[in-house]
Amino acid sequence: MGHAPTTPTRKLTDAEARLAEIFATQQSAGAPQLAKLRTAAFDAFSRTGLPNRRDEAWKYTDLRALLRDVKPLATPPEDSAKQSAQNAAVLAGVATRRIVFVGGYFVPGLSDLGDLETGLSVMSLSGALAKGDAATTAQIGKVGKVDDPAFALNTAFMGEGVVIRVGAGACIDRPIQLVFVAGAQPATYFLRSLVIVEKGARATLIESFEGETTQEYHVNAATEVVLESGASLERLKISREGAAAMHVSTFVASLAADAQLSDFGFNLGGGVLRNQSFIALNEPGAHAALRGANILKDKEHADATLFLDHAAERSESKALFKSVLDNSSQAVFQGKILVRPGAQKTDARMMARTLLLSEGAQAYCKPELEIFADDVQCAHGSTVGALDENLIFYLMARGICQAEAQSLLTEAFVGEVIDAVEKRSVREALTALVSERLRLRQ
Amino acid sequence: MAAVQETVEQVRRVGADQYKYGFVTDIESDLAPKGLSEEVIRFISAKKGEPEWMLDWRLEAYRRWLTMTEPKWARVDYPAIDYQDLYYYAAPKSTAGPKSLDEVDPELLRTYEKLGIPLHEREILAGVERPEGEERPRVAVDAVFDSVSVATTFKEELKKAGVIFCPISEALREHPELVRKYLGTVVPTSDNYFATLNSAVFSDGSFVYIPPGVRCPMELSTYFRINEKNTGQFERTLIIADRGSYVSYLEGCTAPKRDENQLHAAVVELVTLDDAEIKYSTVQNWYPGDENGKGGIYNFVTKRGDCRGANSKISWTQVETGSAITWKYPSCVLRGDNSRGEFYSIAISNGRQQVDSGTKMIHLGKGTTSRIISKGISAGRSSNAYRGLVSAHRKAEGARNFTNCDSLLIGDACSAHTIPYIEAKNPSCVFEHEATTSKISEDVLFYCMQRGLSQEDATALVVNGFVRDVLQQLPMEFAVEAQKLISVSLEGSVG
Amino acid sequence: MTALLEIRDLKAEIAGKQILNGYDLTVNAGEVHAIMGPNGSGKSTLSYVLSGRPGYTITEGQALLAGADLSQMSVDERAAAGLFLAFQYPLEVPGVATMTFLRAALNAQRKKRGEEEMSSPDLIKRVKELAKILDMDMEMLRRPVNVGFSGGEKKRAETLQMMLLEPKLCILDETDSGLDIDALKVVSNGVNQLRSKDRGIVVITHYQRLLDYITPDVVHVQSAGRIVRTGGKELALELEETGYARYQAEAA
Repeated sequence: MGHAPTTPTRKLTDAEARLAEIFATQQSAGAPQLAKLRTAAFDAFSRTGLPNRRDEAWKYTDLRALLRDVKPLATPPEDSAKQSAQNAAVLAGVATRRIVFVGGYFVPGLSDLGDLETGLSVMSLSGALAKGDAATTAQIGKVGKVDDPAFALNTAFMGEGVVIRVGAGACIDRPIQLVFVAGAQPATYFLRSLVIVEKGARATLIESFEGETTQEYHVNAATEVVLESGASLERLKISREGAAAMHVSTFVASLAADAQLSDFGFNLGGGVLRNQSFIALNEPGAHAALRGANILKDKEHADATLFLDHAAERSESKALFKSVLDNSSQAVFQGKILVRPGAQKTDARMMARTLLLSEGAQAYCKPELEIFADDVQCAHGSTVGALDENLIFYLMARGICQAEAQSLLTEAFVGEVIDAVEKRSVREALTALVSERLRLRQ
Repeated sequence: MAAVQETVEQVRRVGADQYKYGFVTDIESDLAPKGLSEEVIRFISAKKGEPEWMLDWRLEAYRRWLTMTEPKWARVDYPAIDYQDLYYYAAPKSTAGPKSLDEVDPELLRTYEKLGIPLHEREILAGVERPEGEERPRVAVDAVFDSVSVATTFKEELKKAGVIFCPISEALREHPELVRKYLGTVVPTSDNYFATLNSAVFSDGSFVYIPPGVRCPMELSTYFRINEKNTGQFERTLIIADRGSYVSYLEGCTAPKRDENQLHAAVVELVTLDDAEIKYSTVQNWYPGDENGKGGIYNFVTKRGDCRGANSKISWTQVETGSAITWKYPSCVLRGDNSRGEFYSIAISNGRQQVDSGTKMIHLGKGTTSRIISKGISAGRSSNAYRGLVSAHRKAEGARNFTNCDSLLIGDACSAHTIPYIEAKNPSCVFEHEATTSKISEDVLFYCMQRGLSQEDATALVVNGFVRDVLQQLPMEFAVEAQKLISVSLEGSVG
Repeated sequence: MTALLEIRDLKAEIAGKQILNGYDLTVNAGEVHAIMGPNGSGKSTLSYVLSGRPGYTITEGQALLAGADLSQMSVDERAAAGLFLAFQYPLEVPGVATMTFLRAALNAQRKKRGEEEMSSPDLIKRVKELAKILDMDMEMLRRPVNVGFSGGEKKRAETLQMMLLEPKLCILDETDSGLDIDALKVVSNGVNQLRSKDRGIVVITHYQRLLDYITPDVVHVQSAGRIVRTGGKELALELEETGYARYQAEAA
């Protein structure tokens, strides 16, 4: 009995139709060098449309259902918005080189681009394109082979971001912080950055996103990172978005021999948050440490989806993700470790732990191993559960009230991930953010 | 564990022939017309003398199946199956209603003797020897040959205990009310492509009913044999353990070596009422095809247990060594409060075999617990995937699961995959999952060889240590058999 | 008379790096030899080369066990021929009960030598006797091989295996490492029971301490992959005072 698979032409959702419309009108406006790339990306997106629960990678974050309408593309921010951006609070006390974006636009007046360290080059994406920077156009969108509709949308619509290059051997001690502050008007921000760390160079990149509870906006951000041989990057991404915000972020990294990547995605709020990472360990000795933490409440939904592609010998990856879920919040963890044929001596370990603090909280976890080489050590683990009642009892027996005991234990739970952050000032600032967030629940 | 202690000896005793069940029984068969149609379904139903409602049930499933498409999500790859090129019913001509074992065709008896399956009640399973003085274990056997059951042993003795153990076709005639009450309630006819196909064309399988409070006096077992060329086997098994009862059930399967692929799409439904327990063990040894992937059984099976009653328990143990393709997820629906589900699995793939197997533990009731231990071993050019789901629904207060999935790789041309889904919707649940993939440690092999073991023996020893947790779950009678099978399945994978 | 172990100008390498550098050693039946040397002088390498650990390649020279060329034998054949290595770090074998392992090893060796297999009751009886000598709890032997054993327990288990298998040549690789004084006495006692006119024992150690309990007939100093000095048991005491520095200097 022949059951030829039928692919009926699906009716576009309102959001999909709107995206097509916007794309048609903006095509002429963009930098001409990228027109081809954008068109190809939008075509790729159109073939699948917005991902839904039938797409394995988006099983638990049904973007087609979640994205009911498309906010207009951002327009340049008003001065008042720029003013309020000065109060951007995330890591305010840490000495970083701040590069500020308000409502999706680069604000030079709030940014610190003076006295760049030797070997460091920082340009806004629009600036790089306007200058016709050949390296940017050659690399952007080509760092990894990523087949994902949200990333394709970002490529089709990418607006502003940065292009950072750390020259061979340069060691940039001061963290570079990209501060993304939402604007006052409902809008969609398509942010795109490219970071190239040349041979043996090292740097720290922080991306922080913040918005107010009342603001309605969508963020589609993407960062592409190239780590040349022996290069090292510590990346920290903090999302403290408004409750009505939808934030989808794609991280693409390509690691050459002995390159080291440390990535930490930290979610402290937002209506819908998705961090997806595509890490390719392309050459021997590459090492990636990936961590994540979610502290969620109300109806917040956070999704961390990882794809670790071990394509060379002796590559290593370590992943540790923790979620603390209060109220009716949901956390999703999906992590796939692929070990390609010949990638012998791969060492890959992945762990996801979730704490459920209340009735209605939900956890979804899907770690995957896909192994095509035999001389490997691969493992994943996951746990879901409540706080250990014996420990709470023990603390209370020492005179600590229940809420405080819970906070202490929860902080300790999240602490394991934060402790791995290299810079002490950053670590302390993050710990403070955790305490603040946890104490808010009482 | 005695079973493990015997390992090395067992390995040595095993012959060089890798698949010793590959012979064909020369017997004349009664076949349905080739292909699938309403007529063929009517033919099967008529052959079995089924009541009208059963035929309607089959036809409804068939019509639904016509609207469905074959699932493609599993990690298996095979050429399209031509469902019109199969025989859906094949029965030895001589089987027309033997009343006692004496009337069974001697050719068939010889076949089962060769397979080591006792069809005389005084015999025991081949290869099982107990120390002197210890009572020999007794096993009641239902022998299914292609589409029909050819013999069922110990029926009288079981009847005295109130246990019903008979071919499902007989149960449809003798106990229609029981069958009708439970059939399709665990695996609905609409469940999935292969289960729906099975619902339309199933031929034989076993029916077991254990009345309230009865502990089944012996192990029950069904032995499935595919013999006829170009036939599919579509068995259907239904086991009901009424309140407070217990049964241990074993299932074994083999098929001749043939160059063509053959389809096996079974459905097994288990129901436990309050305080009841079913222990279901499988040693699956269908013909796996040759080392180049020619021939072998396509094994697409739906097995599910419903812990309907409080404090009930269903335990699945499987040793999967055969089949060219295995697509099988014995699952538990933990509906009754404090019910428990268990899944213990050893899946070995060698040559070009493809395995996509695992389990689902659906926690619905309060205080439900489950445990999953899966050991996958890939060798040759095979692919071996564990796929599983553990979920706790909102009302599954205090649900607990522990999962451990380990994969062992032997050689660099095979692959191992682990795909677990974990969904928790109740804050009081505790789910733990761990999985590892590695190869046999060369250092451990060296250590064993330094003590005098050959490389093959050392490998068998380490593999047996690797699967020990699962082997321990098998009834003694099967553990030894299973262990031999494991060694045989891995022959030629070392060196 | 054929020597039990005869090593002639042996050169061996790991991953292309030469570790043994023209090694000569003769051990006769009935003798106990101690090989001492600083860390990194290739002491463990010698034991691995003799037992045939994968990755250790003989490039030149010969090693003969009772006249038979070891390089022509697989690891298990060497074991059956009577070579036993007590590992410095015994491996854990998860899931395999110690008794199963012992029976498998003993009977595999016996079978290779064309001897009768030992029956289970006899084996259990023998293991019980040995466990008593080594002050080991039988409960430990019901656990998987070496899994969860402390350092001392692992060394006792190695000694038990050695006593059970009754090899012709015992090589003890740093058996004293990780042992407290009580365990050291117990293990040494076990080794001393194995001393016989038919058997040779090679004790590889960094410290003289073990030799207080297992008195060697011959002491060798190894440095940079070969033997640089040979003497009586007094040589060990001398080393204890003077250290290895001068041998390292000589070798360099």
